[in-house]
Amino acid sequence: MQLLEFQAKELFREYGINLLESISSTNIEEGRKHAKELGYPFVIKIQVPVGGRGKAGGIQKCQNDDEFELKYPQVMDLTIKGEKARAILLEKMADIKKELYLSIFLNRSKRCYTIIASAEGGVEIESVKNQIIKEIGLGDVSDELAKEVAKEMKLEGKTAEQFVDTLKKLSKLTIEKEAELVEINPLAIMQDDSVMALDGKFVTDDNSNFRHAELQKYQEKTDNEIQAEKSGFSLVELDGNIAVVGNGAGLVMSTLDMLSDNGGKPACFLDVGGGATTESVYEALTLISRLPKVKGILVNLYGGIVKTTVVAEAFLQAYENNLIDLPVFSRLKGTESEKAKEMLKDSRTNIFDSVEEAINAAVMGIKK
Amino acid sequence: MTDIFELLKGKPGDPDYENKGVIVQGITGAYGSLHAKQMIAYGTNVVAGVTPGKGGQKFEDKVPVFNTMQEAVDATNAKISIIFVPAKFFLSAAKEALESGIKLLVAIPEHVPIRDTMETLDLANKKGATIIGPNTPGIMIPELIKIGIMPPMPFKAGKIAVLSKSGTLLYEISDALTTAGFGQSITIGIGGDPVNGTRLIDAFEMVKDIPDMEGLVIVGEIGGDSEEILAQRIIDIGFNKPTVAYIAGRAAPKEKRMGHAGAIIMGNYGSAESKVSMFNKANIPVAKRPAEVPVLLAGKMEKSD
Repeated sequence: MQLLEFQAKELFREYGINLLESISSTNIEEGRKHAKELGYPFVIKIQVPVGGRGKAGGIQKCQNDDEFELKYPQVMDLTIKGEKARAILLEKMADIKKELYLSIFLNRSKRCYTIIASAEGGVEIESVKNQIIKEIGLGDVSDELAKEVAKEMKLEGKTAEQFVDTLKKLSKLTIEKEAELVEINPLAIMQDDSVMALDGKFVTDDNSNFRHAELQKYQEKTDNEIQAEKSGFSLVELDGNIAVVGNGAGLVMSTLDMLSDNGGKPACFLDVGGGATTESVYEALTLISRLPKVKGILVNLYGGIVKTTVVAEAFLQAYENNLIDLPVFSRLKGTESEKAKEMLKDSRTNIFDSVEEAINAAVMGIKK
Repeated sequence: MTDIFELLKGKPGDPDYENKGVIVQGITGAYGSLHAKQMIAYGTNVVAGVTPGKGGQKFEDKVPVFNTMQEAVDATNAKISIIFVPAKFFLSAAKEALESGIKLLVAIPEHVPIRDTMETLDLANKKGATIIGPNTPGIMIPELIKIGIMPPMPFKAGKIAVLSKSGTLLYEISDALTTAGFGQSITIGIGGDPVNGTRLIDAFEMVKDIPDMEGLVIVGEIGGDSEEILAQRIIDIGFNKPTVAYIAGRAAPKEKRMGHAGAIIMGNYGSAESKVSMFNKANIPVAKRPAEVPVLLAGKMEKSD
């Protein structure tokens, strides 16, 4: 999961990384109180788990009450890359000399943690120039290495000292919380040559959640996602009207691609995991029945050893219990498919031999 | 470089040639026992199982169960193991296997923390062992040995090597290949995690010199840059066996994990476009659908004749 800026900063604070004074709120009444405590000028920052906030107008300077009353609701109402505001962070205005870039990320191809640092920060990582890249194994950064990075960035005196300190604390945080990515962009050099984290990005390795009860308060899931997780499924909700269900992440992605190629609009990605049983397919249909906008269901199961009759039984039960009243376009690869077709011939489920046929029928059958 | 065929088959003349022993860690669990049975039915020589506290039992009345890996290895001299324990117990099971002298470890569990995978790889490196996975369907030489959870039907012995991040897509595409008359010399599941014991490029190094290989199929997906690195390697060494790729996730939104822990586009890192364009640069056609893979492969073979 990707934490919000203020959550990442809570962790930074805990590890002693320098920060400006800031307070988060979820409504304007709270915000007004914080504005008084903080004092003008400050910056209003939208809290969404995606980048590109500045460009989208989600970060606004605020000099007085009038500006606050105007801008707070404006920022709160923004949707950035499909994400609505979770909170608003008010942060003291900074008087900065220079912006740096610093991150520690899991380098997948090298299979180790890697530092990226640059004396030219404040822009998206793709545009960060003169990147200094250091591979650091399981994440530990020695004093010596941190000093070397500072030197390569041509930092001196107090700034270099504080940078070294920040980098070491960031490494400790990465290791202890098992992050996939921790980024400070920008890391600012202030007028007094100190360094401060002006932004914070933090991506956890969700597979290590069982070791990190302390991070669970940041977990943000819809009821459907919680339900999916309980069933051992993975669910990603999308904007279209055809629910896509299958077994195996690769197969479901592939089905999503083919549906989109044919002009269909997926409403969700639902991977029911390796095997398919009557229960798991019935649970998947239960989940889908709760999603808005779904006009039909596309099912792509590569059973192998699975009996398709077992899956057909789930559809029949779902109709019988009035769980769904939607057309289902299904491709079931497995044994007993003739019998499964016979079972479903009077229902709203159509079984096809190839996924291409199922997709064509779904797209034709579900015109908006 | 790992000689994967020597690990899986041995050398002609070895007493266990084409009959390598495999230990199943977690053999008495529901998942482990189901797949141990399936592997045995496929002809894999399962010589022992390990479940702490269940030592002394016999699995299916014939496979001895031990409490520890060391006992299992001492009794059987096996060099291969497959792990079916829950993700949170993976690290200790893997360490135990590597410390006991296992040289090929197939890691089935999904949801293993990245740090545990990296620690396992670190130890494997020191011990000169190869890890397949985690979150992999496994590895097989069709009709000879299956160390994994794949159903047998899609596969047939032949001369195409298939490397895949996804399990079900491996089945789907192998099925399409088999139906089109292309059997497989080996199939390697890379796994869907961000960090893989055997990366796509490592798997490629394992298979690229198979003398009678007639073609290579690469099944990738969004996330990371292992497909790009492999395409670059193929360009660099001028690998010219007929090769076809498939990439899942072209329609996936950015910054969302699509089922696999590793299937996520961050910024432009890991996008399908980046992978497709690198394969195009390497003159490797990328199928739009799984069913198109054998068609493109046949086309490539015709050209290379």
